[in-house]
Amino acid sequence: MALAQQDTRRPPGLLSWLVSDDPPGRTVFNAVMLAILLALALAPFLFPGTKALGVSSRICIFVILVASYDLMLGYTGIVSFAHTMFFGIGAYGVAIMLSKGWVGWGAVVLGATAGAAVAAVIAALIGMLSLRLRAIFFSMITLAIASFAQIVAEQWRDLTGGEDGLTFSVPAMLRPSFKLFAEPVLGVVVNGPVITYYITFLVALILFLVMLRVVNSPLGLVLRAIRENEFRVEAMGYQVVAYRTLACVLSAVMAALAGALMALVLRYNGPDVTLSFSLMIDILLMVVIGGMGSLYGAVIGAIVVVLAQYYLQNVLAMVSTAIVGMPVMSALFHPDRWLLWLGIIFVLIVTFLPQGIVGRLRNRR
Amino acid sequence: MKENSLDHLRRWAPYALTPLIVLAALPAIGVGPWLTLTVAGLTMGIMLFLVASGLTLIFGLMDVLNFAHAAFVTVGAYVTVSVLRPLAGWTMQTSLTLNLIALLVALVAAAAASGALGFVFERVIIRQVYGAPLRQILITIGALTVVEQLVIVVWGPEALVLPKPASLRGSVFIGSSPIETYRLAALAVGLVVALAMHLFLKRTRLGLVVRAGVENREMVQALGYHIRRVFIGVFMAGTALAGMGGMMWGQYQETVNSQIGDSMTILVFIILIIGGLGSVGGCFVGAILVGLTSNYVGFLAPKMALGSNILLMALILLWQPRGLFPMADH
Repeated sequence: MALAQQDTRRPPGLLSWLVSDDPPGRTVFNAVMLAILLALALAPFLFPGTKALGVSSRICIFVILVASYDLMLGYTGIVSFAHTMFFGIGAYGVAIMLSKGWVGWGAVVLGATAGAAVAAVIAALIGMLSLRLRAIFFSMITLAIASFAQIVAEQWRDLTGGEDGLTFSVPAMLRPSFKLFAEPVLGVVVNGPVITYYITFLVALILFLVMLRVVNSPLGLVLRAIRENEFRVEAMGYQVVAYRTLACVLSAVMAALAGALMALVLRYNGPDVTLSFSLMIDILLMVVIGGMGSLYGAVIGAIVVVLAQYYLQNVLAMVSTAIVGMPVMSALFHPDRWLLWLGIIFVLIVTFLPQGIVGRLRNRR
Repeated sequence: MKENSLDHLRRWAPYALTPLIVLAALPAIGVGPWLTLTVAGLTMGIMLFLVASGLTLIFGLMDVLNFAHAAFVTVGAYVTVSVLRPLAGWTMQTSLTLNLIALLVALVAAAAASGALGFVFERVIIRQVYGAPLRQILITIGALTVVEQLVIVVWGPEALVLPKPASLRGSVFIGSSPIETYRLAALAVGLVVALAMHLFLKRTRLGLVVRAGVENREMVQALGYHIRRVFIGVFMAGTALAGMGGMMWGQYQETVNSQIGDSMTILVFIILIIGGLGSVGGCFVGAILVGLTSNYVGFLAPKMALGSNILLMALILLWQPRGLFPMADH
């Protein structure tokens, strides 16, 4: 609301238009977000190496996945456990197209579109059937549906490759053997994976700005009103179920597109990569740690958790070699226990900092 | 007159569903395997009931859906491993009495450990989120992750073996149908626990307070009962039941890993949805229904086995959107 007041004082510029008049907020936080944007934009040159490129791609994809989940959880107040299902549908859309003999960009676009369309239809059906119910009922039903989707993906071998998943070849330009320039640029060979990264980055950036526009539109206001008091919104003449369903559909489409990017980056898709319940836990961790009800929180959450997944193990390994003599402590700091520490942080944040890191930064006066 | 009988039918249909499915399965499967599968289904159902009943009681009384319920199943199963290891002398002998005593010790230990953890859990986690459904879901999911990881810290990441006691291995034959001995024992124990729970809820004063609390919490409070104390008691009882379910399930599978609780979570939620959230009777019917369906479908169409319960849930929800035995105000 404070942002609307700023508006009147300053004529809207291009940058302000891009972020839907909803910049991150305080000066420090603006600087942090700008630094993140620059770091991601220059990631292949700043952090060379295959692992770093994989981490950056993952961050871009999860920003979209988490922001779209936040549309439901943080903005509309719906807890769904079927978000990985939509992510998986998008990934399978591309994977099935490319592994069934179709080639080239047409197949990628067609696969992503088909995935997004299927996700939208399923989300609309689930929403219309079960969003009338209490929040808890909806959560349980989506949990069951998500596990059903996982079973289908594992059993329908002809289409999905079963538990082994699908390996496929991406368009020639995205393959590791492809080089855009003969010479390295700034010491980095601009090959297929780098091009894939930039596609991922740009699509993620565009989708993020689109979502920012949605939450700052009148639609976003209605969704937040539903979160605060659904009966009042209903009494004002809005069809709450319709709006909630719309939020679910939007969120599902975004998740499916993120899934399509995931398939392109990995050149593989299987149930463990895009459909597992532990992935759902990761998404919840990211939303809550970053801060619910703020899309910028998705950026922070995705970065913190993805970096923790890849690098917290190293930190824990250092700690556990330092305390190798103590029996219980060394089990607690075992490199594989990173999820324990993230879980503890998660519980502490839900308890003491319900707005998350970003909510705290933005709302402090 | 006609409408009256239709109403009658509508009221009794939920009760008739389970016997109808059992009867319908008979010609489809054939008598021999049918008996085996029915006993297997009832046993699975009663084990699921132990876990689900705790969850549904907690939900009914406190309006808290504990997504971390599975953690107590896991703890119960691991405590069983730790208790039965030093008692190997008792379980390896073929004496039925010694075997049963060992199992009883393990059952009590599992229930006590889960119940004690439940006490801490209610104090530390649940207490802060009464009346906030969104935060409830989030915090219990987070706590589930933490408890599962702590279980790995204590018992290690590898799956542990939990061999069945000597005299409960193998099968007895009824006609030509083999029936695993352990299943009969588990069925008996489960029925005793279910009966005890029924008697507690229907015949004791405290049970009356719990049932009244499910119906109308404020009124019970107004009549001078300390509802928070009842909450803690019910939460501990519910988690203890989950621990018992974990003990029996782990012993049945003969192996315990940190995912054992998670593997039950979805089935338990399906049972709650089918039975009607908060209703213990509905939970019993739902659990038996899920147990039987899994076994029948697993025999008739193995590929469908995993998804059959979710399809069952969808069908029942189309017929009765609020479950078979919905509570008045949930």
